[in-house]
Amino acid sequence: MRYIARKLGFYLVAAWAAITLNFFLPRLIPGNPVEILMSRLDQSGSPPAGEAHRLSLLLGLGGGNIAAQYWHYVDALAHLNLGISVTDFPVPVSQVIASTLPWTLVLVGTATVISFVVGITLGAIAGWKRGSWIDSVIPSTTFLTALPYFWLALLLLYLLAFVYHVFPLNGGYSPDLTPGWTWAFLGSAIYHSVLPALTIVIASIGGWLLGMRNMTVTTLSEDYVVAAEAKGLSPRRIMIGYAARNAVMPSITGFAISIGFVVSGSVAMEYVFSYPGIGYELLQAVNNEDYALAQGIFLVITLAVLGANLIVDLLYGFIDPRTRQSR
Amino acid sequence: MTIASASTSPEGARWGSVRPTGGGVGIRLLVGSKRLLRSRRLVLGLVVLAFFVLVALVGPHLVGDPNAFVGPSMAGPSARFWLGTTMPGQNIFYQLVDSTSGTLEVGFVAGAIATLVSVVIGIGGGFVGGYVDEALALFSNVILVIPGLPLIIVVASYVRSGGLLPTILIISFTSWAGYARVLRGQTLSIRNRDYVLAARVAGEKAWRIVFVEILPSELAIIVSNFIFMVVFAILTQSTLAFLGIGDISTLTWGNMLNVANNDEALTSGAWWWFVPPGLCIALVGTALALINFGLDEVLNPRLRVYKAPKGRP
Repeated sequence: MRYIARKLGFYLVAAWAAITLNFFLPRLIPGNPVEILMSRLDQSGSPPAGEAHRLSLLLGLGGGNIAAQYWHYVDALAHLNLGISVTDFPVPVSQVIASTLPWTLVLVGTATVISFVVGITLGAIAGWKRGSWIDSVIPSTTFLTALPYFWLALLLLYLLAFVYHVFPLNGGYSPDLTPGWTWAFLGSAIYHSVLPALTIVIASIGGWLLGMRNMTVTTLSEDYVVAAEAKGLSPRRIMIGYAARNAVMPSITGFAISIGFVVSGSVAMEYVFSYPGIGYELLQAVNNEDYALAQGIFLVITLAVLGANLIVDLLYGFIDPRTRQSR
Repeated sequence: MTIASASTSPEGARWGSVRPTGGGVGIRLLVGSKRLLRSRRLVLGLVVLAFFVLVALVGPHLVGDPNAFVGPSMAGPSARFWLGTTMPGQNIFYQLVDSTSGTLEVGFVAGAIATLVSVVIGIGGGFVGGYVDEALALFSNVILVIPGLPLIIVVASYVRSGGLLPTILIISFTSWAGYARVLRGQTLSIRNRDYVLAARVAGEKAWRIVFVEILPSELAIIVSNFIFMVVFAILTQSTLAFLGIGDISTLTWGNMLNVANNDEALTSGAWWWFVPPGLCIALVGTALALINFGLDEVLNPRLRVYKAPKGRP
């Protein structure tokens, strides 16, 4: 199908752009990143032989002209040679990423979906019952979306963990448990994730609510809604099948775009809660001048966001038949 | 969610249907100026924003040195220290006042640059059309899907020079794309309207068509985008500063929060240290959002709540 091919093509271009951007980043630094990285690795212990050479290839600073450097860089990426982490010496970067990514994906993914579904539902109701009490609550969500997310998280952490000990202060699980598929560990992990998830939902729900409310109000004045009313369909059916179904389209496009912002928000979230996810790892990498790890994480986050976008786009083509016809 | 795809989107139709051909937003603002002041959201937003701008301009001359160590460590609010002191004993109220200008500067400058880029790429691409437009649209969409904050963090790890300028530039570079897309969609739909075609037939120059015929009718969207981008820039700068990335020598509300967090203000119960800066950011953001909603209320008749068509629950 042309729509799918078009979308796949676009995301391939986007992925190539991200990989190329990543290639040029180390050139921004005044000094030599490979030397800095090697001296830091030497401080941490003895890096394996030939690591300097592998790093220079990975950071796109190997021998030859820029085309050869680019080729070696892509070659290193293709073989998942992402270098060795300074922060977690001597664990390879790919392994650090593999152990931190699931934490972020599960927590942030669940919280985002909850926020989207609840926000869209409330928004549709608010738009439908325009002028009722739920509609008058909407302006206060303005305040919620203008809050700096990390500050909201700090406040909730202060109130619910420091003043009232409802939730733990930090971490992803109780420190006296070892990670594994045990009930005790899973329970602890879930207990530690409730507050972070709550902060994400509170911070992001206002945007969905307002967007959906306004789209519902706009959709309600469309002719097909009036026609449905004239036919004597039940209000419930008009609201869900006619108004909400059409009003939700821009929100789904917005959902795809928001995935990137969600990942960005998760960096702040993980910093506030010292959560063992990929964003927290990224900050530590940056603070430790751990270039290999920082770039590896940037690449993985970007590719994950692109993948999620692709899925939403394909779903959109499935939900909205017009996108399939018009192109 | 204003970021819907071009001309087929309900969003585009919504903007299109309220916009009278030719008129432009200026005329409607004049006609609606009474309504403008009747919008309580707009007035409230303007008053709060004006207050903070005033504080940014004259505040630093009225308070003492925000970095001087003047009091006891982490003392609560008192008559002498209105908002208490930091861990090393600095006056938090002085810091709060002094941070205002830096924070607003990043917001408005980054917002202005991002708006300019989005106007040039969105309207320019949409007007010129052809391969240039396709290429610019592809570029915008790629920038849009690459997650901004991780990129900023990685770039900041390489560029560690001082001042707020690097932060401003990188925030504006990563935030224009969504709005360029909206403007492009709008331009594509306007450029084929009768009055623009008439201007072409009449032999008007391209720049004149863009600045006189197209730009004015998109002014409402551009102003709204600008306000949103200022909010976005302020929030992003605060987040970066809080995470300890970028310039830490200039005092901003985000930097105050970063220091507060590093000095364990949270687990010491020093709420007077980390509550006020966040509240100020939230107040400025809310004021700008209120201005935006107020303008939308005035300019977009369909969103007016109390004139709902009769016969609908």
